[in-house]
Amino acid sequence: MRHATPEIQRIYRRRQMANRFHLFMSFFGMVFGLFWLGWILWTLLVNGFEALSWSLLTKPTPAPGGEGGLANAILGSVMMAGLGTLIGTPVGILAGTYLAEFGRRGWLAPVTRFVNDILLSAPSIVLGLFVYTVFVARMHHFSGLAGALALSLIVIPVVVRTTDDMLRLVPDSLREAAIALGAPRWKMIVLVAYRAARSGIATGILLAVARISGETAPLLFTALNNQFTTWDINAPMANLPVVIFQFAMSPYDDWHKLAWGGAILVTLSVLGINVAARLLFRQKNS
Amino acid sequence: MSHSSSPNLSLTSPEVRIAIRNLNFYYGRYHALKNISMDIQTNKVTAFIGPSGCGKSTLLRTFNRLHELYPLNRTTGQILLDGKDVLDRREDPTLLRARVGMVFQKPTPFPMSIYENIAFGVRLYEKLSTPEMDARVQWALTKAALWNEVKDKLKQSGNGLSGGQQQRLCIARCIAIKPEVILLDEPCSALDPISTAHIEELVHDLKSDYTVVMVTHNMQQAARVSDYTAYMYLGELIEFDETDRIFTKPNQKATEDYITGKFG
Repeated sequence: MRHATPEIQRIYRRRQMANRFHLFMSFFGMVFGLFWLGWILWTLLVNGFEALSWSLLTKPTPAPGGEGGLANAILGSVMMAGLGTLIGTPVGILAGTYLAEFGRRGWLAPVTRFVNDILLSAPSIVLGLFVYTVFVARMHHFSGLAGALALSLIVIPVVVRTTDDMLRLVPDSLREAAIALGAPRWKMIVLVAYRAARSGIATGILLAVARISGETAPLLFTALNNQFTTWDINAPMANLPVVIFQFAMSPYDDWHKLAWGGAILVTLSVLGINVAARLLFRQKNS
Repeated sequence: MSHSSSPNLSLTSPEVRIAIRNLNFYYGRYHALKNISMDIQTNKVTAFIGPSGCGKSTLLRTFNRLHELYPLNRTTGQILLDGKDVLDRREDPTLLRARVGMVFQKPTPFPMSIYENIAFGVRLYEKLSTPEMDARVQWALTKAALWNEVKDKLKQSGNGLSGGQQQRLCIARCIAIKPEVILLDEPCSALDPISTAHIEELVHDLKSDYTVVMVTHNMQQAARVSDYTAYMYLGELIEFDETDRIFTKPNQKATEDYITGKFG
């Protein structure tokens, strides 16, 4: 060990000071961010907790002053998010597979990747307006199907991006090993590359579901809302975000309460999906 | 081309499995293999040695056309496997790869169970009943000297094995599809000495049934396990002869310098 000359001691003290300063700043940054998140969740819990009840899940939205719940909105949200995911996921996985596995030469893949990134960050209200113009306006009515289509447009870029990223994380040595056994390319992709990337891709799908569960803007122009419970995807369809929006803006106290109840439902399900996604991803890494 | 003026091509053994004729390899504009010609003998171990970047792995990867996965790679010349040119683009490369197996530098177990790792390759070309497949898996793992260590955990992931075990799993996977030729691309470079000894023993046993071609950085390894050795430098085949001769009385000064450690 070197002798601690005064010079070295001074350098050492300066490093200690710098270390403390930066540790403090990082800690402060973290506390600042968490503070707002905590406040949001706290407000939500305080206001929403008393709104949680059995009738919230079983009864449809009431007229002002009436008894009711959010059953029609929950059903609509689940149906549209489910249908949107069903449409968006296969398209996203196939496109992501093209980008990662086949698009290594030429300009098509890089351009597609770039456009996809734009779509990924496109304001969701634009997607809603787009579906309104090309679908709702031509059908002459709002519908659950239109809502699902708008949501699928949000799912697609998320799934394309995660599939592409996760497949590109699969080492080429694994691909070469499968090819060297005489596997045709499609078998290599389906049986080896997908298997290596599956928990990452599944995580991406779950995150897309979480994202569309809370989207309001694309549904305002497409599914609109419905006071009654409906299974008909050709009819306007109730959904949690739009109901929250309308009820929260209303002057009625019982509607406000229902809006808080809806908000806490959406938050808890998004939280649940995120936790599931994390568990899935951890499973892969262990 | 002064280096490659006299590579010994007239080997005495009659059984030629792979005959390479005037093989050139280009990566883009880079001329990576220069006019290589050599004969690889059936049921022998042939080692390629030479300093990093000399083209040994590149040469090996043309034998199963793995180089075609990357767009800028291009070859001229012929590689005759049992008299047929494998570089003929009209031929299906997947069928060639089922005949010419390969094991890589780093172990590459697939993300599936030990059993499935072996069964994957077999299923590509054969339809076996469950008992037949079980027997094939056991046969391959036994042949790769891994059976006793994994027989109780065939359903577990191949990623849970040690590096040496993973590499033997990859060798078992390669053997399971019953290829004629086995290509080993520095199979021990990521392994500890004990695992290396296991694999070298294995290579020695394999040559009774297969033609083995092996790239190695380790000259002692080439001396220990190979029957023939090729010394390559800067994309040229400098000397190719029986291993004993290469390591005791090489024809070329360059070979001798490399082997004695004066260069490389």
